[in-house]
Formats: sequence, C-alpha cells, structure tokens
Amino acid sequence: MADSSPSAAALEPRGRKPKKTFSRANIFLYGTLIMVSMYYLLPLYVMVVTSLKGMPEIRMGNIFGPPMEITFEPWVKAWSEACTGINCDGLSRGFGNSVRILIPSVLMSIVIASVNGYALANWKFKGSEVFFTILIIGAFIPYQTMLYPIVIMLREIGLMGSIWGLVLVHTVFGMPILTLLFRNYFASVPEELFKAARVDGAGFWQIYFQIMIPMALPIFVVAIILQVTGIWNDFLFGVIYTKPATYPMTVQLNNIVNSVQGIKEYNVNMAATLLTGLVPLIIYFASGKLFVRGIAAGAVKG
Amino acid sequence: MTVVSDPRPRSAKRPSRLFKNWMAKIASLPMILTALVVFLGGTAWTVTYSFTGSRMLPRAKWVGLDQYERLWDTDRWIISIKNLAIYGSCSMILTLVLGFSLAACLDRKIRFESAFRTIFLYPFALSFVVTGLAWQWILNPDFGLQSVVRSWGWESFAFNPLNDPNTVIFGLLIAGLWQGTGLIMCIMLAGLRGIDEDIWKAARVDGIGTVKTYVVVIIPMMRPVFITALVMIASGIIKLYDLVVAQTGGGPGLASEVPAKYVIEYMFRAQNLGQGFAASTMMLCSVVIILIPWAYLEFGGRKRG
Repeated sequence: MADSSPSAAALEPRGRKPKKTFSRANIFLYGTLIMVSMYYLLPLYVMVVTSLKGMPEIRMGNIFGPPMEITFEPWVKAWSEACTGINCDGLSRGFGNSVRILIPSVLMSIVIASVNGYALANWKFKGSEVFFTILIIGAFIPYQTMLYPIVIMLREIGLMGSIWGLVLVHTVFGMPILTLLFRNYFASVPEELFKAARVDGAGFWQIYFQIMIPMALPIFVVAIILQVTGIWNDFLFGVIYTKPATYPMTVQLNNIVNSVQGIKEYNVNMAATLLTGLVPLIIYFASGKLFVRGIAAGAVKG
Repeated sequence: MTVVSDPRPRSAKRPSRLFKNWMAKIASLPMILTALVVFLGGTAWTVTYSFTGSRMLPRAKWVGLDQYERLWDTDRWIISIKNLAIYGSCSMILTLVLGFSLAACLDRKIRFESAFRTIFLYPFALSFVVTGLAWQWILNPDFGLQSVVRSWGWESFAFNPLNDPNTVIFGLLIAGLWQGTGLIMCIMLAGLRGIDEDIWKAARVDGIGTVKTYVVVIIPMMRPVFITALVMIASGIIKLYDLVVAQTGGGPGLASEVPAKYVIEYMFRAQNLGQGFAASTMMLCSVVIILIPWAYLEFGGRKRG
C-alpha cells in the first residue's frame, strides 16, 4: 500500500488523474473486485463456518450462516477419530506421514537441484545442455506415461509402497523446475566472481559452498516454498506409490470424506479439509511476496 | 585480478581441467539419470508396451495397434476425451479472460492491491483435493447453495451441477477456475508491470480509451506472457485428475471421467496395463501437439527478434 501516498502518485502519472477516488469508473472497478473477492473467499468461509457447527445445526440451517453454537468437536474428531476403512485414528496419521514424506523430499530435491543448477550454470560440460533440455521437456510429459515404469523401478530397489520411494519420486519430479530455478539464478551471478574464485584456487565444491550458497539464500527460500506446497498438495503420487499405512494426508482426506460407509458428517469433513489445507495456507500467508516469486519462477520455463 | 581472463598458465599446480569437469559430471549424475532413465526411458517404455497385450503384468506380447483400437471403441474413453475438451476449452478461455481482467483491474493503481492479490491467489496454495471437497460441499443440493437460495423463497431454484450428467463438468470448472485463475492473474500482472509507462502516456496523448488501449496495444505487446500462460493452463488441464477424484469421483455414472483418471483406473484397478499404456500414450501425443507450436512460437519468435 506504499503507492497510496500522494507523492508517489504524483511521480507516476499513469491512467486516470489521481485523487479522483469516487469516479464512476472507480466505483465500478472496486465493485467488480469486491464481487470477485467474494467468489474467492466464499469456500474458505463456508469451510470454517461448517467445521464449527454441530450436525443438527447443519441439517436445519443455512451453510452460509455463522454457527449459533461454536463447537470444536468436529476438529478433534477429524484429527483423531475419523475413519478410513477399518482404521479410526483420524487424520493425525496422514499428517504424520505427510511430514515424514515432506522433510526428506524437500531437502533432497533442493540439494540435488541446486548442485545441478550450479553445474549447469558454471561448469558446463559437453552434453550438459542436452540433458537439461530433456529434463525441462520431461516436466511437460504427462505423469501418466511415467507412472508404471517408476513402479517397476521402485519395486526393483525395494522401495515400492514405502515413504522413501515416494521421497524419491518427489525428488525426481521436482527436479526440472528447481534445476531451472537454480540454474537461472546462478547464471545471473557475475562471472568475474566465479573466475576470481577459480584464480584463487577454489574448486567445484568450495565455490558452491562458500560463494554460491551464501548468495543464493533467497532462492533457496523460494525453492522451499515451492516444494513444501507442491509436495504437501500431491495426491497422484501418494495414491500410487504408497500403501494405506503410509498414505499422505491428501489421500487420507479424500478417503475419509468420500467414503461411502456411515453417515456423512459434513462438519468433520470440512474440519478435515481445512486441516489438510492449513500447512500450505500458513506457508502462503507467511511467505507473501516470496510465494509469488516462486510461482513466477515456475512460469518462466525454457 | 586484471589478468583474470586467462588463468590457464597457473592451472598446472591445480587439479587438471578434466578432473574438474568430472566433478561437475558426477554432481550432475542425478539430473542425467532422471532425464535419461526416468523421463526418456520411462516414456519410451510406456509407449513400447502400449503395443503389447499386457494385462496384470507387463508382457512383451505384441498385438500391434489392438490396444488403440479397443481404446477408441471404449465409451468411457470417448466420454473422457469429450469432457476434457469441454473443460479444457472453457477453462482456457475463462482463465485467460478472468486472469487478464483481474490483473488489469489490479494494475489501475488501486488501493488495497496486495489485499486483493492475496485473496485471488490463496486458492492456488491449496491442493485440488481440498478444492474439490470444498466445492462439493458448497454445491451439495440438500444443504448447499441450492437449498439456501430455496430457503430465501425461490422454491424452484435449481443449481445442482454435481448430480446432473449434463452439467457436472461445469461444476468442476467452477472449482478449477477458483483454484487456478490467481496464478494466471499473477503472471499477467507481472507482464503488465513490465510494460513501459510511456506506452500509456502515448496512448493518452493520442486520446485512446483505457479499454481500447488494453485490447489494441497492451495485449499484443504481452504476447510472450500470454503464450506462457497458455502453456501453463494447457499442461494443467491435461493433468486434471485429483480434482475429479475428490469432487465427483468421475460420476454421476461416467459423466465426469477424464483421460488421466482412465489411465490410472486401467493400470492400477482394472489390471489392464495395455489399455492404460495406450491411453497414456494418447495423452502424450496431445501434449506433443500442444508443445510443438509453442516451441515454434517461442524459439521461432526469438530468432526473428
């Protein structure tokens, strides 16, 4: 909101004259934006409101109405009692699995991709660009074409169904975009710096650890944001490469909500949905501009 | 420091150049393996085995194009393709139009810009499963939007897309747009911010209206941004899977089936691997069809510029 100061507005005379806040065009503009905002905010509002109501109130009332009596029971139930099949230990198990998948996946994918990007930007070798091009094209290939060969590979190394197998899959599929991110960043580092370090006798790893990493901290944060939200939100790989005991949270959530047995408890379902969405939402609201930078980095492919 | 450009004479003391390149090569090994074994090898494997009669396990028993003939004879696949075509074309147009319009609104030097941007983008942080379940609940005919409008007195109001085979795709579309337009808006906004202020001044001097300036001047200038957005939307559409599983489960009946779901059902549930491979190869073909014009526009355009 820095641009609301009159001096800034006076410096940049774009579009209409500043200070005419209540012109017809402005009313139309804000009206549209507020209307659209409602469409975007409605689901979040409905989820929160529903998750705080009791079932009798949901059956009688209006899904847009605020809860008459706030209850946190649905949240407790979603976390520790909701059933998938015969297991009734709630989403906490999926949460645990997701965390155990998330941490090694994020670390591994970022370490590997940053080294890749560094090698591609500063230590080009014969064929390096070819491999990189294949990697980037690979990001566009539908995952479905690679699903089954990966099943075979994971079976061969004995990781099928385990958390580590899924970690490997996330590392592989995170690689194109992260490598691109790091490669572009390292390529923008002034070459003189790199040359000076080489003249001083620094080798591959020394330059990486002592010069590149300290300079690239912001891009590491961007990569972490990108990976945490991406891996946490994954459903496809989770449902294929893990078994019920190691299902990540998204898969378990879907199984809880879309299970056909029993009475539908919409408040518990919405609490469970919110619980699953909480981690990426916190990341999103906490990271602000960096999140935008992360997705913008994802946008400039090629 | 001034002779940096030629460090070679001193390199005799340090490890040889070949060794250094080896280090880079070893460090790039994960990338090389991923590119060659998983991406290239995996894709080639699937395409090859789509010409076999594999059922429960992959077997190299060649059947020619049988799987493809069977695929295009299967109603479920035809429905999936039609659904994807409807969803895809609507989503493509609406995402671009909405994304650009919102970005243009936010670029009009308005107040609370970052608040609006935060609101439009937050659904993108959520997974498709969460998106699908939230909208499944809002569109629930007995408790959701429909019942609320009816309780306001409009007794005959009917809005029940998720249980109507003819409109279920639009139910998915509402949710998909909710999740995805924020991203495109962000990209468009970045593109708009990259436009020189002088263009606006020139347009104003020439007396061209705001809307007309956008349509005639700004949009053509933003061609690369639009192409990027188009590619991102298209690759997202082909991957459409989680949203369908969560929101409709492919129902009612087969009314909201999509190709990605077809592949996974045949590979991992129906024990009919050959069909799954053939269907995924068709998906690959459609991506290639999209990618080639894009690569042409992107790299052909760069050469000209």
